[in-house]
Amino acid sequence: MDLHISDISHSYGATEVLRGIDLHITAGQIVCLIGPSGCGKSTLLRFVGGLERPRSGRVVQIGEPPAGCLNPLTYIFQDFALLPWRTAAGNISLVLEDHGLGRAAVREIVDDVLARTKLTDFRDALPRQLSGGMKQRVAIARALAVRPACLLMDEPLSALDSQTRDLLLDDLLDLWLRERFTACYVTHNLEEAVRIGHRVVVLSRRPGQIREVVDLDIPLEDRLDHPEALETRRRHLWELMREEALAADKELADV
Amino acid sequence: MSDDAKPVPYRGGGFAPRPVGLVGPIVFALVLGLWEAGSRLGWISPIILPAPSQALGALADLVETGRLWLHVSASLQRLVQGWVFGALLGVLVGFAAGLFSLARAGIVPVVAALFPIPKIALLPLFIIWFGIGEESKVATILFGTFFPTVISVYGGVDNVDRNLIRMGQSFGLGWFSIVRKIVLPGAMPAILSGFRISASIAIILLVAAEMIGAEYGIGAYILLAGNLMATDQLVAGVAMLSILGLTVSWVLGRIEKAVLRWR
Repeated sequence: MDLHISDISHSYGATEVLRGIDLHITAGQIVCLIGPSGCGKSTLLRFVGGLERPRSGRVVQIGEPPAGCLNPLTYIFQDFALLPWRTAAGNISLVLEDHGLGRAAVREIVDDVLARTKLTDFRDALPRQLSGGMKQRVAIARALAVRPACLLMDEPLSALDSQTRDLLLDDLLDLWLRERFTACYVTHNLEEAVRIGHRVVVLSRRPGQIREVVDLDIPLEDRLDHPEALETRRRHLWELMREEALAADKELADV
Repeated sequence: MSDDAKPVPYRGGGFAPRPVGLVGPIVFALVLGLWEAGSRLGWISPIILPAPSQALGALADLVETGRLWLHVSASLQRLVQGWVFGALLGVLVGFAAGLFSLARAGIVPVVAALFPIPKIALLPLFIIWFGIGEESKVATILFGTFFPTVISVYGGVDNVDRNLIRMGQSFGLGWFSIVRKIVLPGAMPAILSGFRISASIAIILLVAAEMIGAEYGIGAYILLAGNLMATDQLVAGVAMLSILGLTVSWVLGRIEKAVLRWR
């Protein structure tokens, strides 16, 4: 299932946040959205998943989601969004309970995704007992449980310290190599973008417009073998972002 | 290291009270002991304030004649009926105000207007409506617990993390599922602390209502003792109220511990 974002514009009151965004998300690819803070990248992601309505433009899905998919467009949130009163397993079963699968089937799926994210030993842990990285793993397991057609990741690693971020990024890469999921990945971290993105979309400062789309042709599994190439791309992206970030900073100071 | 080296002065610490066992019971025993000693030594006139042992004697009398259960059961019945129905209605109305704009627009001003009225002032009206029997007393307690419950429940619903609700929506959970599995548990801490407040209000109203017109009940017993200048019975009645209050707060504490284990 592909996603097509066509001509999306939006404003909050008098503040125009997005202008004329056109974007195609191809099945099996990870599209990274980067841009200075306040450029509307998270807002765009909320439009893609139908959590908010744009003032104009629309998001269409092309083709049917794969069989067995319970929630085609599934988010992974920056703040994890785990229910603090449910255990890891309970948080995962939460999103399965409304589908009338039956107790045994739910248990089977929960066990399966916990194993796939190496969380089996933590199935009965409450969120407050887990570190940030483990919480995000639970949230990833929850997202996998509904067999999404496209993962919508809103800065999934930004709330974590840098070591945990590296570990989890490796996990995400492993996961992609095994499952070839489709994702729209919002981040402000360029290293993340060049490690995990097949395509990086650079948004300008507010109102967010697409400034450039950079295709990264090195396969994800080989990226670490080409550090110079990655560094070149990263520097190119940084040059694009730099002016926007500077200008965005000054704009905020004016307010 | 040179001669003028000295350790950095310690400036942290404090501002972190921790539980110290036994102190509470010791203070309690000390106050009671001083009181008893004062009475025995003739410093405190028995007419002004009876000794704790005298009050205990009055309590023993009550147990012997079997009137203790009569008073306590009458009070408990009113308290439980009034509080349970008041809290139940309060939770329902509070949820309506927390979830629906229209309900909120209607409920909040009414609650704001009626909450500050001392409910005991309405008791004469309730007596006219429901008669001098149990109904008017239960209605007073019900009314008194209803409003604080509404306020704490809709405040609690408001404070549920919106990100969690958005998460529920993003996974396609149904409206009822979101309310039952996300909003209700999320509002639970506020609801339970509202229950603590409403339970104290219920006890205050219980005694007040029983003082106005009741044959049995702790409030009636205290009023009668006062009219007869039987201060030992009066103190015994007040002690019963204190025990009642402590029991209610202990029960709520246990419920909080069980329900909010995740915190």
